[in-house]
Amino acid sequence: MLKIENIDVYYGAIHALKGISAEVNEGEIVTLIGANGAGKSTILRTISGLLKPKAGQINFEGKSIAGVVAQDIVKLGISQVPEGRRVFANMSVLENLELGAYIRNDKKGIQEDMENVFVKFPRLAERRSQLAGTLSGGEQQMLAMGRALMSRPRLLLLDEPSMGLAPLLVKEIFSIIKEINASGTTVLLVEQNAHMALSIAHRAYVLETGRITLSGDAKELAASEEIRKAYLGG
Amino acid sequence: MGKNKKELLSLVACIALYAVVQSLIMLDVIGPFWELNLILICINVILAVSLNLINGFTGQFSIGHAGFMAVGAYLGAVLTVKLQLPFIVAILGGAAAAGFLGFVIGLPTLRLDGDYLAIATLGLGEIIRITILNIPYVGGASGFMGIPRYSNFTWVFFATVFTVFFIRNFINSTHGRACISIRENQIAAEAMGIDTTKYKVMAFTIGAAFAGIAGTLFSHYFYIAHPASFTFMKSFDILTIVVLGGLGSISGSITAAILLTFVSAALASYPEWRMIIYSLMLIVLMLYRPQGLFGNKEISLKIFGRLMGGNKRGNTQGN
Repeated sequence: MLKIENIDVYYGAIHALKGISAEVNEGEIVTLIGANGAGKSTILRTISGLLKPKAGQINFEGKSIAGVVAQDIVKLGISQVPEGRRVFANMSVLENLELGAYIRNDKKGIQEDMENVFVKFPRLAERRSQLAGTLSGGEQQMLAMGRALMSRPRLLLLDEPSMGLAPLLVKEIFSIIKEINASGTTVLLVEQNAHMALSIAHRAYVLETGRITLSGDAKELAASEEIRKAYLGG
Repeated sequence: MGKNKKELLSLVACIALYAVVQSLIMLDVIGPFWELNLILICINVILAVSLNLINGFTGQFSIGHAGFMAVGAYLGAVLTVKLQLPFIVAILGGAAAAGFLGFVIGLPTLRLDGDYLAIATLGLGEIIRITILNIPYVGGASGFMGIPRYSNFTWVFFATVFTVFFIRNFINSTHGRACISIRENQIAAEAMGIDTTKYKVMAFTIGAAFAGIAGTLFSHYFYIAHPASFTFMKSFDILTIVVLGGLGSISGSITAAILLTFVSAALASYPEWRMIIYSLMLIVLMLYRPQGLFGNKEISLKIFGRLMGGNKRGNTQGN
């Protein structure tokens, strides 16, 4: 579905991604794990068009999308939940979701999807007319995910959904990610919390300073000695 | 149905207000001094509401609004004086020229953020003024004189009503939502598929066009368009109104425009005090109400319904 080949990305003079290649197949949950500054978010930002690769290819469903601007990428069916949630703080939950469907025109479908979001996140339904800025961190994360789903993406990019959340909420968020995937959306997940990420993912890539150092089946990686030492605490 | 009824009601209210004020002017209850101030209020409302679209709703900090006003003032004067065209053509021409300039200037500068955009727009306002200052065709440093007084309360009032209705409806449309989402969070807006540059430029162009209308009305009331009327101090005057009323509140801009025009009318004999009072007001405001008088709230019929209480309440909340 998504194929990244040898991309190089720079922030000015800083070489952030060095020849990254990765693949996401339809129906999978694929996770990118690694320490701070490894380049995980940079990969997502490059896919969603917020950054342009200097070299290399990104293909989505057979079409090249490297260098395509962000708003066109959303139209192709890729939606991103940005790091740190970034909800529209002075708008209500409802308005946030409506903006998620910004690229769509089918009123009926939008209404249906909104109801689906409220079924998935009952807490948002209770607070539909509340300002997004007054929600708790976990609720904001749910809203950011719901908002991304409103564009009916085939590929959902999640950037650190566990950031700053209590362990119980992290569990809830991850089980929802599994549900979203089960209902047919492919997921590319970037996480610091390697343990949680590996537990729900099918496959994983491990990033270190702009390079992929390991990749493979998530269960096998979770069991491997190297990963346990580096990311899972012995 | 309910919405249309409300629109109709506000239109009727506007016409009633116009009828009252206009008859007071005709009966000489409102003398020339206060008529002048009423016209200044209306022009300031147009300027403030249009700047609020850029600064308050789209969140792009622009401080070059006087430059666009100058373009409207001069181009409108050229159309009526040099080309002998009717006033309405001058107004539309002033709006088109200022809007076009806003578009051309907006494309490169709106890629800047925050402080940089503010500095760039401040500079642009001055560039426009100094360019005009050096064109002898429009009078250069001594100003464009002999402009007929076509503006009167009727023109200015209905231009103001049109501005407020237009910008309010724009904000409540899909486009307006997109603009507000840029203010709230540009990265998230981009992630939702909103073409942020397009909407920033759109807001900037519309705002500039209305400043052009205000400029044409202005020069056709005071018989003269003078470069000294469009310095960056004028831009700050408009900005003060917007910030005082509340970034993102149209009713706030209207209220603040009325308030500040009265303050400067009352201080007409002490012009040097005006800026001191302005700055004191802003300091006090920032200390006690940093979000402006209205924040980003609007006065709506709902509030009036609530104030009147009783059976009115049920009706208005149903909408």
